[in-house]
Amino acid sequence: MAFLTDISLGQYYPGDSFVHRLDPRTKLLSILCFMTALLISFEPIVLIGFSILTLVIIASSQLPLALVLRNVRPFIWLFFLTIFVHVFLTPGRLLYTMPLMSLKITYEGLTLGLIYSVRLVLLILLAALLTLTTSPIELTDALERMLSPLKRFKVPTHEVVMMLTLSLRFIPTLLEEAQRLKNAQVSRGASFEGNVVQRIRSIVPLILPLFISAFRRADDLALAMDSRCYTGGEGRTSFRKLVFKSADYLVLLAVLTSLMLLIIF
Amino acid sequence: MGPYRMIKVENISFAYPDHEGEPRNILSDISLEINTEESIAIMGHNGSGKTTFARCLNGLLRPTAGRILVDDLDTADESNIIKLRHRVGMVFQNPDNQIVSTTVEREIAFGLENLGTTYETMHAIVDEMLDQFSLSHYRRQPPHHLSGGEKQRLAIAAVMAMRPRYLVLDEPTSLLDPGNRKAILKIVKSLHQKKSHPITTILITQFPEEALYADRLLIFNKGRLALDDKPGVIFQKSRELEMMGLEPPLTLKVHRMLKKYIKY
Repeated sequence: MAFLTDISLGQYYPGDSFVHRLDPRTKLLSILCFMTALLISFEPIVLIGFSILTLVIIASSQLPLALVLRNVRPFIWLFFLTIFVHVFLTPGRLLYTMPLMSLKITYEGLTLGLIYSVRLVLLILLAALLTLTTSPIELTDALERMLSPLKRFKVPTHEVVMMLTLSLRFIPTLLEEAQRLKNAQVSRGASFEGNVVQRIRSIVPLILPLFISAFRRADDLALAMDSRCYTGGEGRTSFRKLVFKSADYLVLLAVLTSLMLLIIF
Repeated sequence: MGPYRMIKVENISFAYPDHEGEPRNILSDISLEINTEESIAIMGHNGSGKTTFARCLNGLLRPTAGRILVDDLDTADESNIIKLRHRVGMVFQNPDNQIVSTTVEREIAFGLENLGTTYETMHAIVDEMLDQFSLSHYRRQPPHHLSGGEKQRLAIAAVMAMRPRYLVLDEPTSLLDPGNRKAILKIVKSLHQKKSHPITTILITQFPEEALYADRLLIFNKGRLALDDKPGVIFQKSRELEMMGLEPPLTLKVHRMLKKYIKY
């Protein structure tokens, strides 16, 4: 079971590039803007622009290209499906008729399929760039700060982010424990091979003790947090200060104006 | 600083209803005083009430009868609870289950964040703790990269960052190997003996060897305080200890056997 052995969380790739040093809030906001822009525009020229922009970001993040592109691989079937569906099911100018089942390939179908696929690729690449250049902790910091205006509407933003942090903290611990439980089961003759039904069945004796122990851990953790004066977000200070630098303002300004221009035209 | 600094335990009992609704006593009628800068060890068989007693000291549990005063703070008073937990730090058995944060430096900062410490002070204290507990090279590492002993060191550092006056450690070494056990004990000793900011340490342990370091040993038996004396004195009473399911340190046992079988 590969998922049990890989306990590096997220895919943060440490570095000191321009993109790495940007405030996580800037990155998060920019990505949101990019995604909106990608979803509202159909013009091929915009997509070409975005492709160039994405390449520029990859270059300035000093990440190995293969590492970034690897994120696209799990979605390849989705691109094929997208192209396939569009190519054959969009009515329009006929390019070619397949002899089998008389499937028709149209010009409009081909372009639409390509546009949708390129969009998907760009969305995935941009999301990957965010997680590759920003550690999970920076992301939760950014989230807490960006969501904090919602506190006025009694949204428990601190608590939500605390839950995120605790999950990040405990995923490796629980994975370790799952591995231990699995080894214990295997050493007593349990098998995790076979067809899907068998494999799901064999997971049950793993999940159950894992759940029980997770609850016990939660109990202990609550006591430990209480003991260290945790009372929720009220009156809490923060170890990390997020400060916008001039680069952040520039990036945000550029991103927001381009989004505006896109929406207007 | 109050008029006196000590923990006063006045006739406390702790009971909870069992599955038939009958009250079951975990602690019955315990009274004692813990003076500042004392080092205390607590031993007792499983279910003797030592953990419950420890949890009463910082108000995690409230005694069902009697009262506990920490300096001048009554643990039953809800408005004291933050001050109380600030003064009485607590380290638990399993290091994995008491680490909250995703990096070492943030773990140390967690308590300070809760207390509303300013940014500058917080960073100064975190640096000091990283240095004091030799965790500096791990500062940005996630806690699961640390060994068991290092995690427990981190847990102690995180509590010490809050500058408690009393430090309660509930079997902090029971999941560690002998080498790490020694290292943790050494840290506890040094915290107690530190000249600039000595604190009162209260160590719950299963290992008689660890109890030897303390000025004073409390033996809990079936929810009662059975013995309260210097460890050296208590470990002489091997008959009594055996009846309570405990043993003296190995060295003492060997000494006694030698005396018995070898004629001088």
